Amino acid sequence: MHELSITQTVVTTVTQRMQDARVCRIRLEVGRLSGLVPDAVRFCFEMVAAGTTCEGAALEIDEPPGRAVCRTCGAAFETGEVLPLCDDCGSADVEVQGGRELRIREVEVV
Amino acid sequence: MCATCGCSDDAGVRVTDLSEEHRHGHGHGHPHRAPVRAEPDTRTVALEVDLLAKNDDLAGRNRRWLADRGVIALNLMSSPGSGKTTLLTRTIRDLGDEVRCAVLEGDQETLIDAQRIGATGARVVQINTGAGCHLDADMVAEGLHALAPEPGSLLFVENVGNLVCPALFDLGEAGRVVIMSVTEGADKPLKYPHMFRTADLMLVNKVDLLPYVDFDVADCVSYARRANPAVEVLEISATRGDGLDAWYDWLRHHRGRLRD
Ligand SMILES: Nc1nc2c(ncn2[C@@H]2O[C@H](COP(=O)(O)OP(=O)(O)O)[C@@H](O)[C@H]2O)c(=O)[nH]1
Ligand SMILES: [Mg+2]
Ligand SMILES: [Zn+2]
Repeated sequence: MHELSITQTVVTTVTQRMQDARVCRIRLEVGRLSGLVPDAVRFCFEMVAAGTTCEGAALEIDEPPGRAVCRTCGAAFETGEVLPLCDDCGSADVEVQGGRELRIREVEVV
Repeated sequence: MCATCGCSDDAGVRVTDLSEEHRHGHGHGHPHRAPVRAEPDTRTVALEVDLLAKNDDLAGRNRRWLADRGVIALNLMSSPGSGKTTLLTRTIRDLGDEVRCAVLEGDQETLIDAQRIGATGARVVQINTGAGCHLDADMVAEGLHALAPEPGSLLFVENVGNLVCPALFDLGEAGRVVIMSVTEGADKPLKYPHMFRTADLMLVNKVDLLPYVDFDVADCVSYARRANPAVEVLEISATRGDGLDAWYDWLRHHRGRLRD
């Protein structure tokens, strides 16, 4: 589960950056095409955060979709698929941008 | 960013400290914006940290380390059992006189595959990831120092058998090879697009079994090209030998191109 190592990166990054401050909220951005499952991140977080300054912090996860444009008919739509079919004409020739974000946006500390 | 409290003057900062002074009383003067939210004694700090950046940095370091020694590294990825180790032992035996090969073996547990490779006489180091489901750039850096591949050699990195997790982690390789076998569904590239999206070459292995399984190679290739229009494809049998000359030519070509 690659969510485990990514979640470890979240916790080490936040604890290092925030030094001794107790962390009460972490906001992540996990794009819907990033290859990460947000529920798996939540599952790992409790375990990884235990005993650190992140223990008990609320985890908020934004899940931006990808923006797709059909090369066949020009339709534009949002998607959670890496290889979407066009909503309008069914074509597989679709260009997708964004949705791959994997970032720590912000933290709230005491 | 302020090293004392982590607050930042960058755009997008939201500071929510309501107290007159910071509680921890840092004595440096910089303007904090008006508080936006009414939670006392907490402050919000914008970090905007890319979660893959650290791995990507380490991978970049590996890439330079390899380039300095003229070593070409290939990251081999597949489901468990698609034939990575079988292909490597055969490749090393067939190419051994022509090019020096070395292997980093990634598995969760055991030294079995490293021993299979070691029997060919090639240098090999096993990396056991334990609970980990993929190699990352840090593990590979450690493996490289232990392995010390000879200058000019061809380095195969056999990733942990898994079509999901390894896709996200750059190791510093010069090329990515995904192996599928015909006993897996032809729709794998649609189900695991991340892996196929970043591959340079897809090997369709075990073609000796095609008469016994329902696997349409053309469908599989068209699915892979949907994920990655530029992906090259070779059909092989690592046990019977079909298509291996084309694979060796691909290796020679890649090696020549990257060394120039
Ligand atoms: N029929 C057939 N079997 C193969 C071929 N390549 C590998 N195998 C078998 O597939 C099994 C798994 O191979 P292995 O190399 O250990 O896969 P890995 O997990 O990807 O390293 C072994 O029993 C191999 O003998 C092939 O081209 N044809
Ligand atoms: Mg193996
Ligand atoms: Zn369309």
